Amino acid sequence: MTPRDLVPIIAFGVVVVAAALLVTSNVALNFLVFTMIIALAAQGWNLLGGYGGQFSFGHAAFFGTGAYLTAILQLRFGMGAYPAFAAGIAGAALVGLAIGALAFRSGLKGSYFALVTLAFAEVFRVLANAAEITGGAAGILIRLEVNPANFQFADRGTFLMVAGSLVTLALLATLALERSRLGAQLVAVRENEAAAQALGVDVLAVKLRAITLSAGMTGAAGGLYAQYFLYLDANIAYGTWISVEALLAPIVGGAGTVFGPVLGAVILHGLAEATKSVAGRIPGIDLVVFGIVLILVVRFPPRDIPGLLRRWRR
Amino acid sequence: MGLPPEIILEAVLNGLLTGAVYGLVALGLTLVYGVLHIINFAHGALLTMAMYAAYVAWASLGVDPYVAALPLAALFFGIGYLVQRLVIGPASRGKDENILLVTLGLSIIIENLMLAVFRSDTRSIDVPYAMDVIEAGPTLLSYPRVIGFVATIAVGVALYVLMRFTMTGKAIRAVAKERTGAALVGIDVAHVYAVTFGIGTACLAIAAAMLLPSFYVSPRVGNAFVLVAFTIVVLGGMGSVVGALVGGLVIGVVESLSGLFLGESLGQIGIFLIFILVLLVRPTGLFGARA
Amino acid sequence: MTGTGPDPAFLAVRGITKRFGGLVAVNDATLDVAEGSITGLIGPNGAGKTTLFAVIAGFEKPTAGIVMLEGEQITGRRPHDLARIGLARTFQIVQPFAGLTVRENIAVGAFLREAKRSAAMAAAEQVAHRVGLADQLDKPAAALTVAGRKRLEVARALATRPKLLLLDEVLAGLNPSEIRDIVPVVRAIRDDGVTVLMIEHVMQAVMNLCETVHVLAQGRIICSGTPAEVVSAPAVVEAYLGQGAAKRLQGAANA
Repeated sequence: MTPRDLVPIIAFGVVVVAAALLVTSNVALNFLVFTMIIALAAQGWNLLGGYGGQFSFGHAAFFGTGAYLTAILQLRFGMGAYPAFAAGIAGAALVGLAIGALAFRSGLKGSYFALVTLAFAEVFRVLANAAEITGGAAGILIRLEVNPANFQFADRGTFLMVAGSLVTLALLATLALERSRLGAQLVAVRENEAAAQALGVDVLAVKLRAITLSAGMTGAAGGLYAQYFLYLDANIAYGTWISVEALLAPIVGGAGTVFGPVLGAVILHGLAEATKSVAGRIPGIDLVVFGIVLILVVRFPPRDIPGLLRRWRR
Repeated sequence: MGLPPEIILEAVLNGLLTGAVYGLVALGLTLVYGVLHIINFAHGALLTMAMYAAYVAWASLGVDPYVAALPLAALFFGIGYLVQRLVIGPASRGKDENILLVTLGLSIIIENLMLAVFRSDTRSIDVPYAMDVIEAGPTLLSYPRVIGFVATIAVGVALYVLMRFTMTGKAIRAVAKERTGAALVGIDVAHVYAVTFGIGTACLAIAAAMLLPSFYVSPRVGNAFVLVAFTIVVLGGMGSVVGALVGGLVIGVVESLSGLFLGESLGQIGIFLIFILVLLVRPTGLFGARA
Repeated sequence: MTGTGPDPAFLAVRGITKRFGGLVAVNDATLDVAEGSITGLIGPNGAGKTTLFAVIAGFEKPTAGIVMLEGEQITGRRPHDLARIGLARTFQIVQPFAGLTVRENIAVGAFLREAKRSAAMAAAEQVAHRVGLADQLDKPAAALTVAGRKRLEVARALATRPKLLLLDEVLAGLNPSEIRDIVPVVRAIRDDGVTVLMIEHVMQAVMNLCETVHVLAQGRIICSGTPAEVVSAPAVVEAYLGQGAAKRLQGAANA
């Protein structure tokens, strides 16, 4: 990593801090915090899906585990908020390792891997919806005790700063990965598994490391969500929505790039807000836009756009 | 587990009946996989859309779902044809992960359009025969489910005839086996793909018409079915039509029995666990040989 | 040779059989590769050469038989383990990491021995010089010509610093002048201390490069020897040209 590589990331951190200090509208802060949480979850997905080419449709399994552990450890086991948050990340990473060990050892790839991750997330959702420790269908509330020591803040600006710092850390981690041996091997696995193997890459080990890191990062987003909204139920924590969000943002913003997930999250949620302000409060309309954007991005990959424009002008 | 045998028998029979409709949903999925080699993640959303169509036919036009089944099948054949021809085909440009994303995008669009139009309320229709039962020996079978079972068999037979004895069927089989070769002898592959997708979607319309009298519809109802359908397809072997039908029956029984023993909320766990196990242990399925 | 053991061969393939269902792709193949040699593996299309390579490199498990490298059993070990102990292969159908640059492609190989990015990149550049890709380092691999991709295959394998390099038809699909360019590259690799076993159809190159040649036909090794011995062996001529061909040729020569 050279200082020049760090400039955009530092710039991002500065912008977030500035926003946290300058923006006063609660609606706007809410939007920014939520977008940061999505961006963090998406950065997790990007490690495995973007760099490793393994498309998970079930990152909710990691988001939800991070979220529930953060909440349950505080509520039922009296743990402090920060240790609980850390344990949530570790727990999510372990769940990732376990799912990865099962799926990758069986050689699942492509659509099959997508399917099996989706199914795992659903299993977690059904279990969380029925279990007692998660509060079942009624959900779980984290006690409101505003105090920085409890990972709860009086104003949303402070929370935005925390969320923005975590996203910045994730950017740094992604950049470090990109420049590391593991990163190079991960990309090699994405591009061509057989060739990677022939060059001494232990494909299984590389995938397992990637899914563990990926799950931990998305789990951190879950924990952050729990601390911000202080409420969870199975359809939030393990719902398909977050699997979709985590995947959409990197695909739209540029999978396998450091800034792709953040860019995608900002674009998508900016679009969603714009749609809502135009179309009013029609439920689901923002997601319709997401779906259309996804198809358009796949049909016209942004990196091809300059070429398309040239052809169109002619 | 001291349940009387009649109750278990009844659960098994009802499971078989429900499973037949699951099989019908899975049929469309497996057919599309067998020919286009794509996993259609929009399958559940298309089912939801078909159920709403059947709902509108009843609620606005007063048409009984059983009467609407065939016209809906025709309509959804057209929809499926166009979706493949105009959206999935061009947007995916032949790449596996693109198809994954495009069909996911479609499912998001359809599901949320339904949400925008019909809101999140759960709706059901009130047909006079919804609660009718047929006596079969010591057990009572739900009339709508028996109809659904019969319809599934009818669709299965119709598909068999179509595939075996018509030029369209021959073209579909040719494309499924050897796409390049089929194109070389002058078969319009894009057309055959779209027809196949249309047939798969038409199966959904019939399944929707069979489900509606005894089930409800909501914007996310398809999700409940699609994982079940995926399970069936994986269990029966990707691309295997017989596997889909048999797999449907098996899954229907598993669901019915695990609901009986574990209770409603955990009933689906059994299905997912089977799904994951089959994927991990034998992704080619129990019946399929296709890799 | 560094070893003190009695095993004469650097690479020893003993009785390798590989069946795919009913098809016997390789049938009881035995061959030796001497350390520091360039050894050829030739044979008609479909003889099982690539399958035998896949078995040696750990991509396929043999139905029977063993493979030894420097006296150590390596049968059935996984490809990445084998790469680690110094066995590298190229693919007949080139397998570039299409989305990466030439430099990044080669660096994946170099990362096997170098943990640091800067060291791996430097090693990649050095290897690129050896195979004549130095001026294309920043090109995307997908933009290379066929000859360039073949060189890239070799470069990536070399970057893992192998003791034994398996080259699967690196000359196939190249024009005569491109072949003339790559032949010295292969020889230089050997001169740097890497033992080479190559599958090749371009006989002129085989005659030119190899000290020893093994001939595989219908899954069996039918002949081993110097290139000159091998091309004149009746069994080899028949394997290529059909039964009775040797006699006919002989007859034609005598007439």
